[in-house]
Amino acid sequence: MIPGTFDYHRPASLHEAVRLLADLGEEARPLAGGHSLIPMMKLRLASPEHLVDLRTIPELRQIRQEDGRIVIGATATQQEIIASPLLQERLPILAEAAHLIADPQVRAMGTLGGNVANGDPGNDMPALMQCLGARYRLLGAGGERAIAARDFYQGAYVTALEPGEILTGVEIDPPPAGHGWAYEKLKRKVGDYATAAAAVVLTRSGDRVATCSIALTNLAETPLWAEEAAAAVTGTALDPDALKAARRAAEAIMSPASDGRGPAEYRVSVGGVMTVRALQRAYARAATQA
Amino acid sequence: MAKSQVTMTVNGRSVEALVEPRTLLIHFLREQLELTGPHIGCDTSHCGACTVDMNGLSVKSCTLFAVQAEGAEITTIEGMAAPDGTLHALQEGFRQMHGLQCGFCTPGMIVRAHRLLQENPSPTDAEIRAGISGNLCRCTGYQNIVKAIQYAAAKLRGEEIREAAE
Repeated sequence: MIPGTFDYHRPASLHEAVRLLADLGEEARPLAGGHSLIPMMKLRLASPEHLVDLRTIPELRQIRQEDGRIVIGATATQQEIIASPLLQERLPILAEAAHLIADPQVRAMGTLGGNVANGDPGNDMPALMQCLGARYRLLGAGGERAIAARDFYQGAYVTALEPGEILTGVEIDPPPAGHGWAYEKLKRKVGDYATAAAAVVLTRSGDRVATCSIALTNLAETPLWAEEAAAAVTGTALDPDALKAARRAAEAIMSPASDGRGPAEYRVSVGGVMTVRALQRAYARAATQA
Repeated sequence: MAKSQVTMTVNGRSVEALVEPRTLLIHFLREQLELTGPHIGCDTSHCGACTVDMNGLSVKSCTLFAVQAEGAEITTIEGMAAPDGTLHALQEGFRQMHGLQCGFCTPGMIVRAHRLLQENPSPTDAEIRAGISGNLCRCTGYQNIVKAIQYAAAKLRGEEIREAAE
């Protein structure tokens, strides 16, 4: 399979990349790791006339701390997320989830920015970003803005990203030390998208859940932040009734398609199972006082 | 559409060429450089038969434009054996331990395993299976591939090799 023709641009700076995208107009697309875009181009489902390569812009690749906040550049790869000591310490859920994405070769090229900006409901990082309350930094010819991951997704492949805008990175206020985390993903085989997956971050106060955030992958056209499911366990000792209530609340907002991964009823049911498992594992991992 | 100049080092040799930007790295390697070791299997970044080493990372060359490899150091299966033809420990391991049947996946398997052993010279069997999870083999059931990689790991660690294939 051979993609359609295009012109290739390798800007030296972020400024130049934004200017190129503005000048070239709607037929130009930014290229990061290319592991979503290139397969689409090979199938001729995408045929941009211009590709603007972001991978060689050093400032887009950094993973750093900024006033207690973690900032991950858009072209940091899944492999770099797994290997980052800073993320292992402050946001271990990211490496846990990145390990479940595709395979080693794909993780070496695939980027966080591409994963979250593409709007593919099968991608894992968008739900994590919603779970963590991340903000996306967007840069266009008109300037920079930030948008919450919880407000970014509008439908399958439809996001708040305006034409000509680049997602330059994500910023996350890390949960406190001692928080519990888990990403539970059911998939048919290595490299598959989730049949259903759930991300949980919580803190404890003794036996009680003090704070909790839950988000779901591939159970609707967008990632889902399951606010009511989290509220159902907050203040509880994660007893069976609380888990049942959280499961019910999570399942109530799911609307997966029936596809090769199973009929919708099955996917909702295992979505509930993933939610329960992620809650239990995060709870067991959390220190009793975060 | 303008052609682009690319410069890269492939198996230690400096290469300069003009390519269409849409040229995939696998096509550049196979058709322009005549390195037909990396195979086109699924052509959808699942099977790993096209795996090459790029700047110390295993990548699937069917999902990469040649222009993205500008300035890169690339190693393919053709770059594994010594210049005098002496097989690399991994090639020897695959032969000794019957790590292949049809051989189609083998170039990708060996190049991937090479990187894996750089990252982890003493992997467990489970770590090998996770490490080659992006490479599909439809013949062997992986059993002997794992043994072949363990054979090479032991040899590269300087240990004496005794175990023969069953």
